[in-house]
Amino acid sequence: MSKLVLKNIGKTYGNFHAVNDFSLELQSGEFVSLLGPSGCGKTTTLRMIAGFMPPTSGTIEIDGQVISSPAGVVPPEKRGMSMIFQSYAIWPNMTVGQNVGFGLEVRKLPRAEIERRIDRILEVVQMGALKGRYPAELSGGQQQRVALARAIVVEPEVLLLDEPLSNLDANLREEMRFEIRRLHDEFKITTVYVTHDQSEAMVTSDRIVVMNKGRVEQIDPPHVLYGKPKSRFVAGFIGRTNFVDRDGGTYSIRPQAIGLSAARPVANAVEADIVGRSYLGEYWDYLAQPLSETKPLRVSTGPNVLFAVGQRVWLEIDPAAMVRVE
Amino acid sequence: MTAVTQGYRSEASRPSRLGGFDATWLLWLAIIAVLLFLVVSPFVYLVLTSFQNEKTGAFTFANYGIAYGRQRYVDALLNSLQLGAGAALLAGAFAVPLAWAVSRTNMPGRGFVRMLVLATFITPPYTGAVAWILLAGPNAGWLNRIYVMLTGAEAGPLNIYSFPGLVVVIALYSFPYIFIFTNAALELVSSEMEDAANILGAGAWRTMRKVTLPLALPAILGGLIICFLEAIALFASPAMIAIPARFNVVTTQLFQFFGNPVRVEVAAAYAMPLLGVTVLLFLVQRLITRRKGFVSLTGKGGERRPIDLGPWRWAVFGYAMFVGALSVFLPYIFLLQAAFAKAWGRGFALDNLTLKNFNFVLFEHATAAHSVWNSFLFGAAAATAGVIITLGVAYIVVRRLVPFGGILGFLCVAPFVIPGVVLAIGFYAAYAPPPLALYGTSLILILAFTTRFLPIGYVNAHSAIQSLNPEMEEAVRVLGGSRLTALRRVVAPLLKRNLLGAWLLIFIPATRELSSAIFLYGPGTKVVSVMIFDMSEEGNFEYLAALALILQALTLPMLWIGQRALGRDFMLRRTAT
Repeated sequence: MSKLVLKNIGKTYGNFHAVNDFSLELQSGEFVSLLGPSGCGKTTTLRMIAGFMPPTSGTIEIDGQVISSPAGVVPPEKRGMSMIFQSYAIWPNMTVGQNVGFGLEVRKLPRAEIERRIDRILEVVQMGALKGRYPAELSGGQQQRVALARAIVVEPEVLLLDEPLSNLDANLREEMRFEIRRLHDEFKITTVYVTHDQSEAMVTSDRIVVMNKGRVEQIDPPHVLYGKPKSRFVAGFIGRTNFVDRDGGTYSIRPQAIGLSAARPVANAVEADIVGRSYLGEYWDYLAQPLSETKPLRVSTGPNVLFAVGQRVWLEIDPAAMVRVE
Repeated sequence: MTAVTQGYRSEASRPSRLGGFDATWLLWLAIIAVLLFLVVSPFVYLVLTSFQNEKTGAFTFANYGIAYGRQRYVDALLNSLQLGAGAALLAGAFAVPLAWAVSRTNMPGRGFVRMLVLATFITPPYTGAVAWILLAGPNAGWLNRIYVMLTGAEAGPLNIYSFPGLVVVIALYSFPYIFIFTNAALELVSSEMEDAANILGAGAWRTMRKVTLPLALPAILGGLIICFLEAIALFASPAMIAIPARFNVVTTQLFQFFGNPVRVEVAAAYAMPLLGVTVLLFLVQRLITRRKGFVSLTGKGGERRPIDLGPWRWAVFGYAMFVGALSVFLPYIFLLQAAFAKAWGRGFALDNLTLKNFNFVLFEHATAAHSVWNSFLFGAAAATAGVIITLGVAYIVVRRLVPFGGILGFLCVAPFVIPGVVLAIGFYAAYAPPPLALYGTSLILILAFTTRFLPIGYVNAHSAIQSLNPEMEEAVRVLGGSRLTALRRVVAPLLKRNLLGAWLLIFIPATRELSSAIFLYGPGTKVVSVMIFDMSEEGNFEYLAALALILQALTLPMLWIGQRALGRDFMLRRTAT
């Protein structure tokens, strides 16, 4: 049975539709990301799941029971969920241990059991030595780990994450992505993760919901989203791509799906000039202008494939790699 | 459509909008009632009373006729306006160079100058006025006597009992307002903005004139207006200086309407222009300091390096010491002299030293010690009430728990535009008559003080709650705690310091409040400010100085606590005024 079900959820402010006809079913233990640019409605959706705001239409169910509808919502404290906030929301007046133990106290567990669980979860997030510290004494990454521990220790029905990594620097962000996925694999908590960072979503998620202007564009596993984007928006938002108009339709071709060679290949070849290039260490990024087209194409090659600007080249395009988008 | 599940997760949970509805709305209603009582009703009664016949209560314009029927009543109004303008300009001349030097230059002793401004700020205007009577009274004033001694002239040149004398005394004890405003603005001007002017070829002087000062100008103007309003609302200094000098200002004239017999209807009518001017200028001040471009001063503005003044820094320091001498050094030296003297006129001599003044006011005088106790008791009660009320309102407003919460916030800051004397007349009109008949009780003083300092509490509570990320509370709720749990376990502990700060910022001025107390005290509820005022009328300067110094000494521990909790400058921030 589905764990969490959102049926035709909508949220409007006056005439503005923040979220429009949003439907999603999460299986138990599934990790789903809501991905989209800022203002696309992903955080609004998450806050409706958490119970901080009622939907203006539709319902939210957990284990088959309605917890949100325009008629009313079960308040956040009665939902058995956990949430990790963008600011971490670690309480500075409590130690690491007190922060982590708070949810257990509210659940009126025996003191000894609370301490045992705090110790265990702090070991899991590698913060065991810092139980007595105050948050002001912790680094951003450590605060993030406290937030994770605090949310997981109560063994929530659903775990919600609201852009949890956006305040970390790039290296730490990459580390924490894997950490979040590792914790998920260990505890199997049904998770909804909000982010505007596609690589975050791709590393962590079983499925990704791409949102734009309050609407769902596509719901699929990461590799399907990348390989078979349904819309122009999805193709452009997930990874880099070229758009080509053919036969009255628009097609997306990834830069690395285009071959680049000095000699004419066997088939599907187009003649082009190199009009720009940039070197990014892991690959070359060439801008090639096909002689038959008006728009140049982006082409990625290995770091050892060298062409000069102005050089005449051949582009090889596999028709199977061209995906028709709306 | 399925109904929302009842009793999800075993507890009897109801939808939050219904569950939270009752509690929040009850609180909202309670706060509305309190604010109606404290703010709206005195104001309404003030206006109504001004149109009522004293005997019959019938509608009439007669009060206005009486209030403005004589030239000298109108003159008092004009005097007030001149006084306000003069005092504000002079205070600006004191404050702006000091604020600039302290916040932007390498003038020596910047911390010390800040301390002097703080010392000025916590000196009640009436204490300053008394000190200046000792300093610049005709003939007997110390500065005059020193002048005569040095030059052999027949008489000294200074006479505090004059219009310029009053302007100086008021400017000296209100310039900290302008200092605070200017300082706050200058602290937001980043060195990079000045660097940008430098790199385009402007020298230090031109940079200050063209970049720094214009950026701070709205704040300076705002400070001048606040200073003006402070000056025209003051009661004590004019009463001590203008009345002997035989001229009146609005507040002293109001006091006379309030004397025997009490003509509260006429007083209310007479207070209207004062109220009107205050409201109008307050709006202008808001308009000036809220203008875009000014607020866009980059808050993060990078680091700020002090401007190197070279040898000029000693000249600026000299000016700061000059201002400090006028507002702190000289007044306190001669207040101390008077407090420890058998007769202050006999000067600094060992055989003139005595402790009997302190002994007298503390142990022998019938009501002096009690008046100190009253001030602290009423101040503490008002501060406590004020903090609780404003915290509730600010929480409701910031977290948008009810529609139209903004109205509550407005009511909390509205008393700021009501001068103390006018507020007192409103309270008198509303609560002196039956059924409440509060006149002369402790309660009416506590209520009036609470109302008077509500804006300070609100501004502080509002900014404190705004600084608190709502996610802190949401994290509590999502983990299973109620809103109340969030308030108890997270909000209250986190705001402890701010609330203590707000409490002190109400308590300290409340212990020295005179202008509203003078119209509302009764035989058993005299506060120390009224006591000091009475002593000045009796000419008991030795006792008075002793009592004034006791009040200052009792304030120091409060100041120390506040500085420990909130940092050295907690009284010199903009939210403090």
